[in-house]
Amino acid sequence: MNAFVELDKVSLRYGEQQGTLAIEHVDLGIEAGQFAAVVGPSGCGKSSLMKLVTGLLPPTSGAVRVAGKPVNGPLKIVGMAFQNPTLLPWRNTLSNTMLPLEIVQPHRSRLRQHREEYVTLAKKLLAAVGLNGFEEKQPWMLSGGMQQRASLCRSLIHNPALLMLDEPFAALDAFTREELWSVLQDLWLERKFTCTLVTHDLREAAYLADVIFVMSARPGKIVATHRVDLPRPRTIEMTYEPKFIEILHTIRGQIAQARSDGRVSESAAAEAGNP
Amino acid sequence: MTLNRRRLELAMPWIVIVGLLIVWQLVVDIFQIRQFILPSPVAIYEAFLQYREPIMSNAMFTLVSTLIGFGIGIVVGVLLGAVIGSSRLAYVGLYPLLIGINSVPKAAVVPILVLWMGIGQPPAITTAFMLSFFPIAVNVATGLATVEPELEDVLRSLGASRLDILRKVGLPRTMPYFFASLKVSITLAFVGSVISETIASNDGIGYLMLQAASQFRVPLMFAGVFVIASMGIATYVIFALLERRLTGWATRRQDMNFGGG
Repeated sequence: MNAFVELDKVSLRYGEQQGTLAIEHVDLGIEAGQFAAVVGPSGCGKSSLMKLVTGLLPPTSGAVRVAGKPVNGPLKIVGMAFQNPTLLPWRNTLSNTMLPLEIVQPHRSRLRQHREEYVTLAKKLLAAVGLNGFEEKQPWMLSGGMQQRASLCRSLIHNPALLMLDEPFAALDAFTREELWSVLQDLWLERKFTCTLVTHDLREAAYLADVIFVMSARPGKIVATHRVDLPRPRTIEMTYEPKFIEILHTIRGQIAQARSDGRVSESAAAEAGNP
Repeated sequence: MTLNRRRLELAMPWIVIVGLLIVWQLVVDIFQIRQFILPSPVAIYEAFLQYREPIMSNAMFTLVSTLIGFGIGIVVGVLLGAVIGSSRLAYVGLYPLLIGINSVPKAAVVPILVLWMGIGQPPAITTAFMLSFFPIAVNVATGLATVEPELEDVLRSLGASRLDILRKVGLPRTMPYFFASLKVSITLAFVGSVISETIASNDGIGYLMLQAASQFRVPLMFAGVFVIASMGIATYVIFALLERRLTGWATRRQDMNFGGG
């Protein structure tokens, strides 16, 4: 296997020996330029998986490799976006977007000399997600969807080889969410970075991803892998076609199975389904 | 908000103060309260005019002690707060000690300070410092310790060092906490220096008030109180203005908000 992201029998336990086992014996591979989605019931360790891949957490056992090299600490090439946009309130939208350029080399040393060039780059990216005219606005002046667009720009400004998205659209309304799916797909089609999307929205996963990994309830294991062979660019219209719905049905069944295997309490229900 | 209402808001503090003084004057006049129990505002003002020279020179003395103590308090408070806020071990180790130091009544410490430093300015500065550093340290630590973990993840996965995270996120984010603590601390610093002066000093407003009390010059005592209060308010206003200039982003104005959810 010569994947860009490789997990080899990876387990993760929080705390000492008695700690909860978050992830157990996960094997997965994501090829360079591929769009992968990880779905599963809530609490199955999806976010932990992201931290493992980016090197923010070391695995308890097993090995993580990215671009052929073992991961022994935080990677330096990753873009990340979360459900919470986490923009810095003292910076305007443009300056928030440009934050990674102040940290990642070689941009860090070039930024002062080539500021104009980078500002143009950032403005272009902001325009691509529909934020032209909002460069000078402070984050609190933007709506939730706009903040999330800015957060997406921040995660992509330094052209990362790997983009990690942790439920980035979960807090948005349905229409904004679908709009941002298409924004993200366009950016991905243009730049072809390797992308991992963690989500509990099956439609979102099937719309965006080439490959979907279905995780079981805690401890998280990969219980199924789906290839989504729908043509690109995909449209929202396609999500109502029989082929798409069939994919959803299969995955949904597997998650239901994973949930009952995991003996998840009844009260935690209703999260894995469609919104 | 209409213009009139805004003007009213600006005038409100003055209206309250002037109103209070008028009521005070009336109460003293109507009930014929004797001057050594409660002097009237007019009598206090007369005392202020009469003793303007000693009051102002002693006030300056107190102001200098307070500001030096406060300055040291800022430096020590920020450093301590930075250490406590960024290291869990330092937090666990230092916090009980800080609480202990802070809960000792400072009036009880002044005699010890006098033993070490003699009377006058040194113990006043030290007491002002001891009272003012604690709120600063606690607030700076809180600001640093409450950086969103996700934001830290974003920066760490870009290869940011601890120093990068502190410079880009930690410090800017701590500024509102820092300024809030300055406003509390500057008034505490005045309390500290005046306490020390009343116990062991031959200068300063605290000393002046003690002298005035021993001679039953009650209007003079009240004049001293007023001068201290005005200095407290003035320094508070300076820091409040600085706060608004430097951390305006932390006070969002809702009426400028646009865009839905």
